[in-house]
Amino acid sequence: MSSVVKDTHHDEHPSGIMRWITTTNHKDIGTLYLWFAMIMFFIGGLMALVIRSELFQPGLQFVDPQFFNSMTTMHALVMIFGVVMPAFTGLANWMIPIMVGGPDMALPRMNNWSFWIMPFAFSMLLSTLWMDGGAPAGGWTLYPPLSLQTGDAFPFLIFAIHFMGLSSIMGAINIVATILNMRAPGMTLMKMPLFVWTWLITAFLLIAVMPVLAGGVTMLLTDKYFGTSFFNAAGGGDPVMFQHIFWFFGHPEVYILILPSFGVVSAIIPTFARKPLFGYASMVYATASIAFLSFIVWAHHMFTVGMPLAGEVFFMFATMLIAVPTGVKVFNWVTTMWKGAMTFETPMLFAIGFIVMFTIGGFSGLMLAITPADFQYHDTYFVVAHFHYVLVPGSIFAIMAACYFWLPKWTGNMYPETLGKVHFWLSTFFVNLTFFPMHFVGLAGMPRRIPDYSLQFADYNMIASIGAFGFGFAQIIFLYIIIKTIKGGSKATDQVWEGAEGLEWTLPSPPPYHSFSTPPVIK
Amino acid sequence: MSESGSYYVPHGSKWPIIATIGVCTSMVGGSSLLNGNDIGKYILAIGIAMVIFMIVGWFNTVICESEQGMYDEQVDSSFRWGMIWFIFSEVMFFAAFFGALFYVRTYSLPWLGGEGAGIATNTFLWPEFENVWPLTANGPGEIGGAFKTMGAWGLPALNTAILLTSGVTLTWAHHALKEMKRIQLIIGLALTVALGAIFMYFQALEYGHAFNDLNLNMGSGIYGSTFFMLTGFHGFHVTIGTIMLLVVLGRSIYGHFNPKNHFAFEAVAWYWHFVDVVWLGLFIFVYWI
Repeated sequence: MSSVVKDTHHDEHPSGIMRWITTTNHKDIGTLYLWFAMIMFFIGGLMALVIRSELFQPGLQFVDPQFFNSMTTMHALVMIFGVVMPAFTGLANWMIPIMVGGPDMALPRMNNWSFWIMPFAFSMLLSTLWMDGGAPAGGWTLYPPLSLQTGDAFPFLIFAIHFMGLSSIMGAINIVATILNMRAPGMTLMKMPLFVWTWLITAFLLIAVMPVLAGGVTMLLTDKYFGTSFFNAAGGGDPVMFQHIFWFFGHPEVYILILPSFGVVSAIIPTFARKPLFGYASMVYATASIAFLSFIVWAHHMFTVGMPLAGEVFFMFATMLIAVPTGVKVFNWVTTMWKGAMTFETPMLFAIGFIVMFTIGGFSGLMLAITPADFQYHDTYFVVAHFHYVLVPGSIFAIMAACYFWLPKWTGNMYPETLGKVHFWLSTFFVNLTFFPMHFVGLAGMPRRIPDYSLQFADYNMIASIGAFGFGFAQIIFLYIIIKTIKGGSKATDQVWEGAEGLEWTLPSPPPYHSFSTPPVIK
Repeated sequence: MSESGSYYVPHGSKWPIIATIGVCTSMVGGSSLLNGNDIGKYILAIGIAMVIFMIVGWFNTVICESEQGMYDEQVDSSFRWGMIWFIFSEVMFFAAFFGALFYVRTYSLPWLGGEGAGIATNTFLWPEFENVWPLTANGPGEIGGAFKTMGAWGLPALNTAILLTSGVTLTWAHHALKEMKRIQLIIGLALTVALGAIFMYFQALEYGHAFNDLNLNMGSGIYGSTFFMLTGFHGFHVTIGTIMLLVVLGRSIYGHFNPKNHFAFEAVAWYWHFVDVVWLGLFIFVYWI
């Protein structure tokens, strides 16, 4: 039986492992999410290094093609569902209740459930590596009929996706309920920090599309085991229909992976430029526009599948429209920095790196949006370069920026600044060394998801592999910095950063166990 | 309960971790079963038992806390937002299956029948296939035995009337709750539960008719696939809804709820109306046209 917490100084909780297993505290759960993401980041990274080792030279060196395909599939599933999504949910858990002046998340027990599903779902997914027939190897997009040839791993894969979908939906419902219901008096919607706004919209996307993915993979399951014909033309179904269902989920999903980054960057840039964010309202509207457009562009992932011409044209123009709100955002960030009193601490470096390199990924996205051009680029390394530019120096850099930005608030200690900068410059150098050459091999026609390649791609692949190992090792510095900062360091002030504004900076560093026991006053 | 200027935060709970382990055990058991390991069914049974134990325990905790007056208006409002968005996620889940139905009827089947760019598919693969709906053949490949389709105006029409009536009785019960007429509340809820149970009984009869007389099953091409997945998931939701209504009925008999504090009743009512609306979609697009 639980009891009511009305005490301002209520800091009691069970100790040891049970504290973490039964916790309903948003900071505990946020911490768990972030550590989970960190562990999965290294597991997914290891898989990437297996891929890059095999591609270091043409020919088959280290792994057999089936295992190589398992690695590409599992790397994607781990990085998307196990790293970027839980990392952002962890940031949301930590920051949103504080930013809106609430005591905790709206539904704290469900919050605990959302987190604890994740390690179990990923244990199920990763266990498939040791099963008969190997781990899923048909690509993370699970296109039938190829994905239906998966061995014993198949039902584990499908149920793991259901399970993590359940976690995401509950996490998103919690975030929406928190934002709509737990705001302190006076915290109107248009006073909320942009991180809160972008997460509100992200959560809406999650609730809208995760069930569609659940439905799609359920159809795969029944097609394989219960004789249905959803994706079987002989029974009147259509394998292409899976691609439509999948990408109806998949395209909003890529904005789920990037919108919270926009919120993070919109918090960091004004702080270190020491100017208010330029065009706050337009940022909110741009985020909402991107979310709306994300529902009507999915088929740009399938231009070469044989759609009617009207479909190709519609999805091309709808996709290109996304450049408008995204351009508004980039313009606003740059304008915020214009004539600002800028300093370049580590979070700012990562945020600026984000703007530059995410924009490169945005431009290659625009190239891919052009249907006739996409016929050339489709399923080549150009696509791999594109989405890694928006996901690694995009989402991942934003997550790292957020960690450096809020780590002093979370731990009460400053991180080692020089080491942080070293981490940034090494990451930036190696991430470009890894992914920039992929544009060239892609344009020259190197297909993705193949363990061997033609000789003319050898040089660029070798460079990319060196970059990947460099990037991987640079992340050990990140881990070291975080552990070191948790253990000690020079004490952080409440405000931490000179230009920082917002409720989180009015609390002590680290903040009390229950952030606001009474509603703060919002000016 | 709400004192101005303070917040309610619940204590830790063991139920979420039990829920996770229960669901995970069920999934591992189900997967093993699908892979042909007989031990899977025992693992699945243990998992389901854990889930049922968890649901009873978790709801019991929350109901006790609610009856002790621990929840203030803000908590009530959080619950409401939670339920609304949960139902929205359910809407999107059904949207995937309705989307599949519309897609095959609008695109795949006409293409397989040779319309537009599908002319080559039709000519080279299945030249004798003609697109009609409901699809009486087992798809162009004739991958199962012959079957007959389900008509709209027998049991399905009756079931439509039953579900619509249950929506009326539930609203009648809600009015009673707001006016503190406990007997009318209990009668209204009992009628709703009874109508839900009759609906499920008829649905079971219909499935028996489909399997035995029509030779219609999940392997009956895309018609059977969409028919059974849509009606099956809907029937599952009606079952859940009826169980939830039973709990609310029990609590009403026990004296729970008052005109101001009855979130559980309203949440179940929303859910029941959602299930009702899904059925209307099913009746129109699966059975009728």
